[in-house]
Amino acid sequence: MSLRRFALAALASSLIAGPVAAAQTLLNVSYDPTRELYTEFNAAFNKHWQAQGNEALTIQQSHGGSGKQARAVIDGLRADVVTLALAGDIDELYKLGKLIPENWQERLPDASTPYTSTIVFLVRKDNPKGLKDWDDLVKPGVEVITPNPKTSGGARWNFLAAWAYAQQKYGSEAEAKAFTEKLYKNVPVLDTGARGSTITFVNNGIGDVLLAWENEAFLALKEEGGENFEIVAPSLSILAEPPVSVVDQNVDKKGTRKVAEAYLNYLYSEEGQRIAAKHFYRPRNQAVAAEFAKQFPQLKLVTIDADFDGWKTAQPKFFNDGGVFDQIYQAQ
Amino acid sequence: MSRRTSPVIPGFGLTLGYTLVYLSLLVLIPLGAMFVHAAQLTWDQFWAIISSPRVLAALKLSFGTAFLAAIINGVIGTLLAWVLVRYTFPGRKIIEAMIDLPFALPTAVAGIALTALYAPNGLIGQFATSLGFKIAYTPLGITLALTFVTLPFVVRTLQPVLADIPREVEEAAACLGAKPLQVARHVLLPALLPAWLTGFALAFARGVGEYGSVIFIAGNMPMKTEILPLLIMVQLDQYNYVGATAIGVLMLVVSFILLLLINLLQRRISRS
Repeated sequence: MSLRRFALAALASSLIAGPVAAAQTLLNVSYDPTRELYTEFNAAFNKHWQAQGNEALTIQQSHGGSGKQARAVIDGLRADVVTLALAGDIDELYKLGKLIPENWQERLPDASTPYTSTIVFLVRKDNPKGLKDWDDLVKPGVEVITPNPKTSGGARWNFLAAWAYAQQKYGSEAEAKAFTEKLYKNVPVLDTGARGSTITFVNNGIGDVLLAWENEAFLALKEEGGENFEIVAPSLSILAEPPVSVVDQNVDKKGTRKVAEAYLNYLYSEEGQRIAAKHFYRPRNQAVAAEFAKQFPQLKLVTIDADFDGWKTAQPKFFNDGGVFDQIYQAQ
Repeated sequence: MSRRTSPVIPGFGLTLGYTLVYLSLLVLIPLGAMFVHAAQLTWDQFWAIISSPRVLAALKLSFGTAFLAAIINGVIGTLLAWVLVRYTFPGRKIIEAMIDLPFALPTAVAGIALTALYAPNGLIGQFATSLGFKIAYTPLGITLALTFVTLPFVVRTLQPVLADIPREVEEAAACLGAKPLQVARHVLLPALLPAWLTGFALAFARGVGEYGSVIFIAGNMPMKTEILPLLIMVQLDQYNYVGATAIGVLMLVVSFILLLLINLLQRRISRS
């Protein structure tokens, strides 16, 4: 109970207000690494919205771990739209709160995922351990930094990417399990979130490779000290799909459905797609994707729906209590 | 007659009512709601959660490191309080102010700073590495973070008591032939022990529940460096509110029993 309250208070304090003195406000509850993306997108959408003859908007954005953000909305944070790290977290808005319809993901193109990303390796300058692909990460003496998949959405994508690679290469689930077991034996620290792992790897200098969202890895390169790191794309990874949805109950109560829907639709517009690409998310729009093709490494990508039968299957199988991830640590 | 028995503060009913409402809103209702929530579980389910190996390992770790940190602060904190009360020296006011800093600092900041310093290749951690052991990402690191966060408790509870013991008492004992150790054992210790226990209990209780600073330095490896509050967060991230409250109830009950024991001990000491 008190933890829940604490989370709400922490959230409230992390709200970033847009320009003041506007009649209508819109609250976008998102996950950690989209901060910069939505700062730029909100300004662009506001301009677009006013150009259509509407009043200026106040768009607020809130960021945090994807699961925590979903819980805050279920517990009563009045979000108009959610833009979270994985569909599994938005599913809970239907399951636990009945805030959205069950078929929410069918309402927008591309399974309501306007941009995608993937999981890549961030290694130290000149790649001293010569890490090229997933097989190199399970070698003895290599230290891998990744957050705990039980508390981090991004870490679940990491886990599944490694699993998909092993399953395709070695053929069976048992081999994939043995492979991920070896991989997690090389993990010295399990931070609770993606940002924590980045701090461990970049600032504290722990580990040889960080498993990271592609957009986070590019961001790390751009920041100060970025020249000390390199991105390595493995031969195979997973298409990370962070979806978006209007929160029906909230927009109907607040009378913001029209603007909330326009907001999400604008993510699919050419300008929205270009802003996403600029922040290192892979755009869905073919034309924009071609424009930014050089920016992204080419690699084979599996998907959560085709290869893991969706989050509804993957979450309980791999990450809930007693799932594959827990078994790895019980075996030790 | 009636005049002499009437309390100093008028309106006993009002003040008691206020106290009860205040305590209910802040403490009893939230904690009670936790028990009600956990009551959705059958006893078997509850037992299965709290007796799982990971919860037990975390229980041992959380209470063990908090206990150790409280002991360390019990010793160092007593020294600090002694120095601050009994001596005047340049910079005393500054040190005095610094004691409370661990309270003012957001615990996450403390955790990140300590981790950066004590990580295997951090400024201090590298010496530990060359001696062949690790501080951050081990129970040692957790104890360190807890020691930092709970530093003020023993110091602040001992200071006023120490200040109240006049030096003359010690001098009198010495005049009566007591050796310095005897003075400490028979004069100072009995006077200080109740306050010391209070400080110890506060530090211990705070350490058990600490999350923000520990989470960065712990490493969070299942069965090894996973603290109980983290397991609660893990349950919440699975949207398993009931499982989270079950662990919460466990923590609460164990803490309550330990604090009760400390309280009883304290009462016995101050009576004798």
